[in-house]
Amino acid sequence: MIALIIRDLRISVRAGGGFGLSLAFFFIIVIFFPFAIGPDLDLLSKVAPGTLWVGALLACLLSLERIFALDFEDGTLDLLATSSLPLESVVISKALVHWLTTGLPLVLLTPFFGILLGLQNSNIIFLIISLIFGTPALSIIGTFGAALTAGMKRGGLLLSILVLPLYIPTLIFGAEAARRGIQGFETQNSMLLLLGVSLLSWAILPFAAASVLRINLR
Amino acid sequence: MSFWEYANPVKFLKLSGALLPYLSILAAITIIAGIIWGFFFTPDDYKQGATVKILYVHVPSAFVAINAWFMMLVASIIWLVRRHHVSALAAKAAAPIGIAMTIIGLVTGALWGQPMWGTWWEWDPKLTSFLILFLFYLGYIILWAAVEDPDTAADLTSVLCIVGSVFAVLSRYATNFWNQGLHQDASLSIDKEEHVADVFYYPLIVVMAGFVLLFVALVLLNTRSEIMKRRAGAIMARSRI
Repeated sequence: MIALIIRDLRISVRAGGGFGLSLAFFFIIVIFFPFAIGPDLDLLSKVAPGTLWVGALLACLLSLERIFALDFEDGTLDLLATSSLPLESVVISKALVHWLTTGLPLVLLTPFFGILLGLQNSNIIFLIISLIFGTPALSIIGTFGAALTAGMKRGGLLLSILVLPLYIPTLIFGAEAARRGIQGFETQNSMLLLLGVSLLSWAILPFAAASVLRINLR
Repeated sequence: MSFWEYANPVKFLKLSGALLPYLSILAAITIIAGIIWGFFFTPDDYKQGATVKILYVHVPSAFVAINAWFMMLVASIIWLVRRHHVSALAAKAAAPIGIAMTIIGLVTGALWGQPMWGTWWEWDPKLTSFLILFLFYLGYIILWAAVEDPDTAADLTSVLCIVGSVFAVLSRYATNFWNQGLHQDASLSIDKEEHVADVFYYPLIVVMAGFVLLFVALVLLNTRSEIMKRRAGAIMARSRI
């Protein structure tokens, strides 16, 4: 499992791995919001938590298709499925790698992007915490969606339509927590609920994703 | 004689074919009677005037829209556990009806909301979760359409239905948490004494029964046509060989 994680990490940072792509995409989305809404920093700082959350979500979405598509095409996934490693563990490692290459960098870059959107006070920490709690859920839910569409030739658009409704609870709790924190309200409830969604997803979705992978590999 | 006998497509076709005319007629009678009763023989509400009559379409369609998903969930689980094709096809058959009922619920709600709340749409938890339900139906139907092999499609959509149910319930509570509601509480509930006033209540029950019958009739009809479509496909494949 660790070997698999290291292999996938290596692939993703090497040329053509698409490591920086979703980050660049995130960056561009964040820049585009002021163009669309106007340069008013007060207004921007109000919509900033939501913007950054939606940006993170879309950036995650963009990189989902890669999770299984390449391994499915060249037969690696068949080998993994017949190896002694349970498919559930494969799913968990894939989701973990996805989080390490997309979710974590997004979280680390958020303070800088927050400045662009007028978030300058120290409450930005709430946004970062909400992203730390929430992005793992985005990764595992997305991995389930990627497993669902692994066998399809043009699964990209379908993948978004399937995955986005599943992202709703994470987005609601995450953006709510960030918004409350930035406006100075208490955030404990929404943070705990967000964490709950994350943990629930990590607890049940590896099994669901492994089962649909088995179906797709049949 | 057990219920599972009807997992056999031949027996299912026979039974559903026999039931379908009666069900359809019964559904038509109850809906028409209930709507006429509700529209013309009940007083206007003292606050809402005649718009209260939207109730007779709004509540039943919303009721069916939610319960159609439950029916799909049960049928999906039966398919995954017992591998009865009729079950998978019934789940497939229910989805378009469910999404149609969701749209009816949303549209009648908007028509009702305009005069009452002064807005077509409000990001109220109930309204929002209905919109989310619509998205879930959409994903489910699109996935059915996207996969070529019927058994793979049935498997994938069943898992999606189960996972989707979990997340749909989560979304329901998330929207509750997220915004205070404008929508009133449930008009009907089993565990509460309070309902809408009796004059509105009885015709409403009749229309709801009619909508449920309509749903059952449409699901049977759709399932039958799915089975026949599959048979036709099998015959075509055989003749090609």
